[in-house]
Amino acid sequence: MAETLDIRNLHVRTEEREILKGVNLTLRQGEVHALMGPNGAGKSTLAYVLMGHPGYEVTEGEVIFKGQNILELEPEERAHLGLFLAFQYPVAVPGVTIANFLRAALNAKRQAQGLEEISILEFRKLLMDKMRLLKMDPAFAGRYVNDGFSGGEKKKAEILQLAVLEPEFAVLDETDSGLDIDALRIVADGINALRGPERGFLVITHYKRILDYVQPDYVHVMVDGRIVASGGPELADELEAKGYENLLATVRG
Amino acid sequence: MATPAVELLKELEEYKYGWKSPEVYVYKAPKGLNEDVVRKISELKEEPEWMLEYRLQALKHFLERPMPNWGPDLSDLNFDEIVYYVKPAEREGRSWDEVPEEIKRTFERLGIPEAEQKFLAGVGAQFESEMVYHRVKEELERLGVIFISIEDGLKQYPELFREYFGKVVPYTDNKFAALNAAVWSGGSFVYIPPGVKVEQPLQAYFRLNVANIGQFERTLIIVDEGAEAHYVEGCTAPLYTTDSLHTGVIEIIVKRGARFRYTTIQNWSTNVYNLVTQRALVYEDAHMEWVDANIGSKVTMKYPSCYLLGRGAHGEILSLAFAKDGQVIDNGGKVIHLAPDTTSKIVSKSVSKGTGRASYRGLVKVHKGAKHVKSHVVCDALLIDETSRSDTYPYIEIEEDDVTIGHEASVSRVSEEQVFYLRSRGLSEEEAVTMVVAGFIEPMVRELPMEYAVELNRLVQLEMEGSVG
Ligand SMILES: Nc1ncnc2c1ncn2[C@@H]1O[C@H](COP(=O)(O)OP(=O)(O)OP(=O)(O)O)[C@@H](O)[C@H]1O
Ligand SMILES: [Mg+2]
Repeated sequence: MAETLDIRNLHVRTEEREILKGVNLTLRQGEVHALMGPNGAGKSTLAYVLMGHPGYEVTEGEVIFKGQNILELEPEERAHLGLFLAFQYPVAVPGVTIANFLRAALNAKRQAQGLEEISILEFRKLLMDKMRLLKMDPAFAGRYVNDGFSGGEKKKAEILQLAVLEPEFAVLDETDSGLDIDALRIVADGINALRGPERGFLVITHYKRILDYVQPDYVHVMVDGRIVASGGPELADELEAKGYENLLATVRG
Repeated sequence: MATPAVELLKELEEYKYGWKSPEVYVYKAPKGLNEDVVRKISELKEEPEWMLEYRLQALKHFLERPMPNWGPDLSDLNFDEIVYYVKPAEREGRSWDEVPEEIKRTFERLGIPEAEQKFLAGVGAQFESEMVYHRVKEELERLGVIFISIEDGLKQYPELFREYFGKVVPYTDNKFAALNAAVWSGGSFVYIPPGVKVEQPLQAYFRLNVANIGQFERTLIIVDEGAEAHYVEGCTAPLYTTDSLHTGVIEIIVKRGARFRYTTIQNWSTNVYNLVTQRALVYEDAHMEWVDANIGSKVTMKYPSCYLLGRGAHGEILSLAFAKDGQVIDNGGKVIHLAPDTTSKIVSKSVSKGTGRASYRGLVKVHKGAKHVKSHVVCDALLIDETSRSDTYPYIEIEEDDVTIGHEASVSRVSEEQVFYLRSRGLSEEEAVTMVVAGFIEPMVRELPMEYAVELNRLVQLEMEGSVG
């Protein structure tokens, strides 16, 4: 049976104010959901809170995955359980190569799952396979994590991590922003290759373009901390044509 | 990072605590320092008269000289509680077979791999204040390289020895140099003939083995014109309950067109005062590099220096300090530009954790007439906890107009965003912080020979254990 990631009545605040004001959303393995919405609506906040960022306070609600409320888990425990976040602004870790970082991450996950550590050789092969999939130069594995990367390189590196860690649910926060046309194509192909019955996606984006490549099953619109509209792929077309203002007017009646 | 954080965790247990071999020695001086002790040391070493005189003069200077009025607090250091000389029972071995089992075990406990133990054929290991094992590899002999104990240097090459000994670091330099000059014992004597390039690093391992012994190692290295070599010295030490003192003096002469690198990995146990004077004289077009990693000790004061004496000379100091709870590591480097067209670079990386305090103290001095000097200083500090401290004392003294001096300094903390990013990929908080630290020191670790890089990463990882949560 397909797993679900069930977000129920999620309220989140920072010290200053409430940002998420009751978000409800159910993702199923095998599905691709797109999340759109104006700047500052709370999309990244939702992504961070799902992953366990310490800077936010959950005041109400729960997120059920594999029978437990994951909001009670540490970020690494959520990762071990099969959650992944491709960051809108990936962080640099100078001095740590992508290869070493990813091997450590993969082994940490395997250890938590009671699996054997992957050998250096096996890992190398895995990494090279995934890099080929994303048309990346093998030398990239030796670069320091996000250190001095271009915007596009950072986004590709996030997808590479996704490909290596093979999570059950992946949240992609504006992975399409800052990519040139070719890179967008490659990243989209990568996502499509990783798509399957055992994986669910939440694709946060401002642009319909990526949704032409990665066809979503559902599209949601978030405004001011709430999901105000949900629909099929046609909702993205409608948004593109009308803009948020008009759509909002329609929704609010 | 040479090896990822997670993978190494299980290998660390055995490094966690210091261990100690049984004490084996034939003579052990009474505690405290006076003329009799110095005479006894010189007598047991069968030294020439001039050396005894030198030691006695140095002792006089040591006793008269006040303690330094700057830098870390040394008030707990009691010179009367220290044993200044221990003569081990074993004699120096000539071949690997002759090396006492106990010392072989020492190497094993230090985690030196099997294959490398053979490689140790060219290694001098200091055991209880004296070289016990020393065999110069045939290859080195063929090249005419001298790599022997400092005692043998004095005996076998009296003229060469006397020409340079105490000339780079005179005993009047500082109180601890004077102390070392009075009671020195153990260390290496190295001579690289003109034009000879030694590919493999010359290695020496040091280990303190008797409680309360001050180790006063003395090393003299002469790199003749156009020669090239790399000397590596690493040490780990058992833990003791009473204070120990390590006061070394390293003198290096890098002649015209020669290149030399001296690497130290220092991991004294946290009761040791590590007060070392290291200096190199660098002549025309010669290159000198100090790579200095300080992880252990209670207090370290160490500022490797380069005196750039000839046109086109280059000096480089890469220093790394890792201070954890209660440790004070005050290190950095000094470059004195005394000739035109000389260049230098100082890169310092320090990590402070808990109540640890790792500081950079450095001097770049350009003398009048040293035109077209270029020097660049970079010091980066990483603080792990709110209680950690780092200070920077970058002294610059310039007597010449036509110079280019750059200085960059940064202090950073392990950021919440970095830690969250790494945790979101499945690393624990401790593994995440360790990874950030390992990345921070990577530019330094990369400069070390492979086996030392692995050892250093292990040490850092060990220091990070139990540091968060
Ligand atoms: N850690 C924080 N502290 C204070 N305010 C925050 C924090 N994180 C987010 N906010 C605020 O919450 C609101 C939602 O931010 P969020 O980044 O979630 O929006 P977004 O929908 O991802 O926007 P964009 O499309 O521009 O990426 C914004 O007003 C933002 O300034
Ligand atoms: Mg956002």
